[in-house]
Amino acid sequence: MRALYISLVSEFYKSRKTLAFWAAILLPVIVCGLISFGFYSDAEKIIAKHYPPMILWAHYSGAALGVMGFLIMPFYVIFMAFSVNNIEHKNDTWKMLFAQPLNKFSIYAAKYLYAVLLIFICLFLFATLTYAFGHLLQVLIPKLNFNQYNPLNILVNSYAKLFLSSLGILSLQFILSLLWADFLKPMGIGFIGTIMGIITANVGWKYAYLNPYSLPTLALRITKVSKNTDPLEFPIFTQEIWTSLIYAVILFIVGYFIVTKKSIK
Amino acid sequence: MGNYAIETVGLNFNFGNQVIVKNLSLQVPKGSIYGFLGPNGAGKTTTIKILLNLLKSPSDQVFIFGKEINSNRIASLKRIGALVEQPAIYGHLTGKENLINRCILLGIKKTKADEMLSLVGLAEAANKKAGKYSLGMKQRLGIAQALISDPELLLLDEPTNGLDPNGIIEVRNLMIDLATKHQKTILVSSHLLAEIERTATHVGIINKGQLLFQGTINELHLLSKPMLEIEVDKIDSASSLLTRSGYEIMAKTDRIITIPFTSSQKSGELNTLLIQNGFTVSSLYQQRKDLENLFLDITKTN
Repeated sequence: MRALYISLVSEFYKSRKTLAFWAAILLPVIVCGLISFGFYSDAEKIIAKHYPPMILWAHYSGAALGVMGFLIMPFYVIFMAFSVNNIEHKNDTWKMLFAQPLNKFSIYAAKYLYAVLLIFICLFLFATLTYAFGHLLQVLIPKLNFNQYNPLNILVNSYAKLFLSSLGILSLQFILSLLWADFLKPMGIGFIGTIMGIITANVGWKYAYLNPYSLPTLALRITKVSKNTDPLEFPIFTQEIWTSLIYAVILFIVGYFIVTKKSIK
Repeated sequence: MGNYAIETVGLNFNFGNQVIVKNLSLQVPKGSIYGFLGPNGAGKTTTIKILLNLLKSPSDQVFIFGKEINSNRIASLKRIGALVEQPAIYGHLTGKENLINRCILLGIKKTKADEMLSLVGLAEAANKKAGKYSLGMKQRLGIAQALISDPELLLLDEPTNGLDPNGIIEVRNLMIDLATKHQKTILVSSHLLAEIERTATHVGIINKGQLLFQGTINELHLLSKPMLEIEVDKIDSASSLLTRSGYEIMAKTDRIITIPFTSSQKSGELNTLLIQNGFTVSSLYQQRKDLENLFLDITKTN
């Protein structure tokens, strides 16, 4: 456990000055900021539409969730998996890392956990900032009715689903980035996978859930459908989430065997 | 067994079908500076990676302080500091941050970082990005990283690579200091014998994965036959005189005749002989075949 903690601290120390780390913070700040600014400058039109409070929140949070879930999320995960491994490829430091008196599993698991943590921080900030900026808009423009509905449940559920459904992609991309030092191979495979994922998820193919890249889209689509019925009643642990978690666990273990066999030439 | 910091017993290692290390039996005594010599591609770096368990050795072939490495990986690595090939440095971190990161991984006090920086003469560049360091500075930072945990055994793979003459001398003195004052054992690899000759107490010569020589530096010297070099005028008639008198001429240039050295007395007699026959001998000295040539000889016959 101590080795895992030490490795995790070191991962943070190494990356705290890199784009990979700051992306986790800047991305939600920028996206949520832009959407809130859009709402602020378009406030008149929005007020004129007389949305019920729940629908107003759905529009507002859906803007961030939509952009994030369909477009940015898979690429963000690909980028995180890449950058956590690339820091060692680029500096040729794998051999140093594995020559430390720490067990190899801790080193590997810490890297993986750190990527998970960055994705978690990013999505957590998305949820928090959506909530906070919504209330800020309410303060700035009192005519909006953000304050008449509590969106916390729906936000937490949606972002939790997005987080869990992206772990499958993370594990897969993590292995690809572990094997290849360059950006193009994992990015190319991830790109094709994501496009295929979006297409198969949207045409409603029966086995779309077997492609890990389609899982965030699938997970969010169900959220959207449920919104029309009862928004608070949608379950988190649906088929997509289980599939994602199973992928994540299996590929995480496979990755470990790759690491132990990895010859450090 | 107990006296060796490193011992390999008939170590074999292949990459696929390619044999890299063949029946290698290294014996590195505690407290020695062991020069691990060989031309490029001889298997030195591979051996060092095996000693760090980066490459997995067959069981019961590699022992670090008497303990089998595969079953004592973490305990062994705790006692080793290493610099393998290029120093492993994060370019986006400063020199100091690189060392602090190492402190985190080793669970030691961060104040060690400053101590090491001044030891290797990088205190002034502590807050400069390591990616912007010169080759020599990177090499020194790599040495600082290897030393930071105060390990009993140091594995240095060509540590003077890229250093200027001053840097080379500093590293050399540092190694001697560490071995004599701090009782460290150092295995230092190089393809330059002259480099090793000045510091090493023991030498191992490897070529094509096989150990060709292992012993103390003096034992290596004994292998080289001393020669007598005579600087003399009228070189052609001088050499025919020597041949007629029963001397075996090993080499002849336009100024110098080389014959095997037997004893000081014989050298004196030879000098008298030349002078009595009207030659001017401007110098006459015993020359050991230098280790560089010896090294070439040893690796060539393999």
